[in-house]
Amino acid sequence: MTLDFLKKSQKGTIIYVNEEKVPLKLIEMGCLPGNMVEVLQIAPLSDPIYIKVNDSFLSIRKDLAKEIEVELI
Amino acid sequence: MKQLKVALIGNPNVGKTSVFNALTGLNQHVGNYPGVTVERKVGTTTLANDTKAHIIDLPGVYSVNPSSKDEEIALKAIFDASNKDFPDVIVVVAEVENLKRNLLLFTQVKDLGFPTILALNMADQMEKKGISIDVPALEKALDTKIVLISARKKEGINDLKQAVLNYTKYNTNSIFDLKSIDENYFTLLGHLYPNENPYKVWLTQTGVFQFEKLSPVVSSSSAVQKSENELKKLQQRETIKRYQFINEILKDTYRIDTSKATDIRMKFDRILTHKFWGYIIFFFVLLLIYGSIFELAAFPMDFVDGLFADLSAWTSANLPEGKLTELLADGVIPGLGGVLMFVPQIAILFFLISILEETGYMSRAVFLMDRIMKPFGLSGKSVVPLVSGTACAIPAIMSARNIENPKERLITMLVTPFTTCSARIPVYIIIISLIIPKTYILGFVPLQAFVMTMMYVLGFLAALLSGWVLSKIIKADRKSFFVIEMPTYKAPILKNVFLNMYEKVVSYIVGAGKIILALSVILWFLGSHGPSDTFGNAEEMVAEKQMNERLTEEELASEIAGYQLEHSYIGIIGRTIEPVFRPLGYDWKISIAVLTSFAAREVFVGNLATLYNLGEDAAEDETRIIDRMANEKRADGTSVYTFATGISLLLFYAFAMQCLSTVGVTKKETNSWKWTFIQMIFMTGVAYVTALIAYQLLK
Repeated sequence: MTLDFLKKSQKGTIIYVNEEKVPLKLIEMGCLPGNMVEVLQIAPLSDPIYIKVNDSFLSIRKDLAKEIEVELI
Repeated sequence: MKQLKVALIGNPNVGKTSVFNALTGLNQHVGNYPGVTVERKVGTTTLANDTKAHIIDLPGVYSVNPSSKDEEIALKAIFDASNKDFPDVIVVVAEVENLKRNLLLFTQVKDLGFPTILALNMADQMEKKGISIDVPALEKALDTKIVLISARKKEGINDLKQAVLNYTKYNTNSIFDLKSIDENYFTLLGHLYPNENPYKVWLTQTGVFQFEKLSPVVSSSSAVQKSENELKKLQQRETIKRYQFINEILKDTYRIDTSKATDIRMKFDRILTHKFWGYIIFFFVLLLIYGSIFELAAFPMDFVDGLFADLSAWTSANLPEGKLTELLADGVIPGLGGVLMFVPQIAILFFLISILEETGYMSRAVFLMDRIMKPFGLSGKSVVPLVSGTACAIPAIMSARNIENPKERLITMLVTPFTTCSARIPVYIIIISLIIPKTYILGFVPLQAFVMTMMYVLGFLAALLSGWVLSKIIKADRKSFFVIEMPTYKAPILKNVFLNMYEKVVSYIVGAGKIILALSVILWFLGSHGPSDTFGNAEEMVAEKQMNERLTEEELASEIAGYQLEHSYIGIIGRTIEPVFRPLGYDWKISIAVLTSFAAREVFVGNLATLYNLGEDAAEDETRIIDRMANEKRADGTSVYTFATGISLLLFYAFAMQCLSTVGVTKKETNSWKWTFIQMIFMTGVAYVTALIAYQLLK
């Protein structure tokens, strides 16, 4: 499943990042295969989402979260 | 005296600006890189008796691969040996909390072959956050000098200066082996460019930088040609490998008890990003901002206003009479007053915005507002300029500077003047009292107040709709993504807040002030001068005309003022272009008032009063003007201020760019006359067309 399907407080392990769509910046912030990601909050209207990954706290839009595949923990 | 060049680089939100401020204090200034709007922040500090350092503050970045045009320009200046900003030493500012991510940038900078110092900020918080660092071991592993500092408590700043002084002693070897990314490829690159820094060669390959020309020793380089996708894969692999390298180092040198650090964050986030309370709090924050620039700024503004009025009166009374004194007393001094008038609003707004940014709250507001603003080509941060714009567009446009995405920043600046600023209020009040009856809707809502409210709504709608239109037209120079960091909550550092406020005020006065002053002097000249045969003989002409009437001195003065404005250059222009405004329902007097109020919208009322020979003082007395306007007739005997004319005027003032100070600030902030003119033509075009349609339909 992709990251945008995770509900609030759910955690997952990143298994694939579509490097064609995902900006290098997000990868450099730690959105890398193998790292754990947790959804801390979802904004009203369900976009953007507030995540914790690699000890970084980030807010990204759903269209980007779609490009990151995770495995639910 | 020895001069050193030092670059400060670091992730956003690590307190890099605090370090810069602690080092330079007021010895700093913000300019632009040549020909672009990207900020270039430099300052100076004394390192030792015989050594001065020029400090260049770079925008916050997560890596040396730029993610925006702004970052690219700033990074290029630092990494290119032919640039005047090329540093002798680089200080990487990191914070103790997320050291892993900070070190990614550090290893990249180090690999470029600079003498590099690692400044670990917020060292005073280590115990509280459950962090321990083995500094000597980390220094050894990273082959660098580490300085523990706390910019907040001003600790370690002297150690940092000392470390900079010793810069020649540091190793410039790279620490990360690029071959671990792709053995074959990087070995090949090494063979082709044996005399170059390997990381520099790699960054040239990925196309993020064109350094001074690198020439391969072997002529054929087709073997190193990679597609964009392959390069991106390699970049991703580099990041993974660097993180592995860093994790390996940190395993033995760094400990953190994360539960301690995230506890406070969670507590605040639970309320501030809450889907109901979050908005309520944001609403009150906006209310506070609006109230402060609308109400609080009024006192110092009145003071500045009064001061310059007195100064102008004093000048004309005490200097020898003549053209020069007139220019000084009536042109330049009021013009300067007009520039300085906005300083209190700018100072207050940036005081509040700095606090919101410093505490980390702004990112939460963006998180809440992003989805709502996105369809209009705006950022979540655009809410602040738009709301501030309801007080005054000048500080509001400047506050758009905090928006990272260049396209969203530009659109925000262009549409902000649509919001109903306080200068429109006197115009609206007069027109609404004239054309809207004092009745109640549903028996209790006053109709006039309702229309006034609708004018505010109209302003917001115009801003949002224009944003949507502009977002379709304006092309982004590169695709930009919404990835923002949600920083840790911190108490604001007042020094940063005040320095930011000071810098904004100075840049406004220096940058926009001169344009505003020049424009206002020109407008003053056009409004107070005219051809000598009519304008020059105003007194005789009026006296002749009024021969049979007995006028008091005051009435005579009003008559003369009215006659002069009518026959001034701007009056002549107004009467000449009256046909342009006729389809909107305006006679020549309204045309002149519209034209003169390009200086500022509120001038409209005063100039109408002058044209109706009521004297300028009548501007204070609304009922007199309203009575006079209600009785104004056209040549055919019908009223000038019908419902149709009134609506047409309301729409015109809602949309038209009637404010030369806004023009000055837009020019300063966009650094482009092109966008300034586009804004002016776009707004005035919308104003003309809507007023035309309304008048033609309603008349």
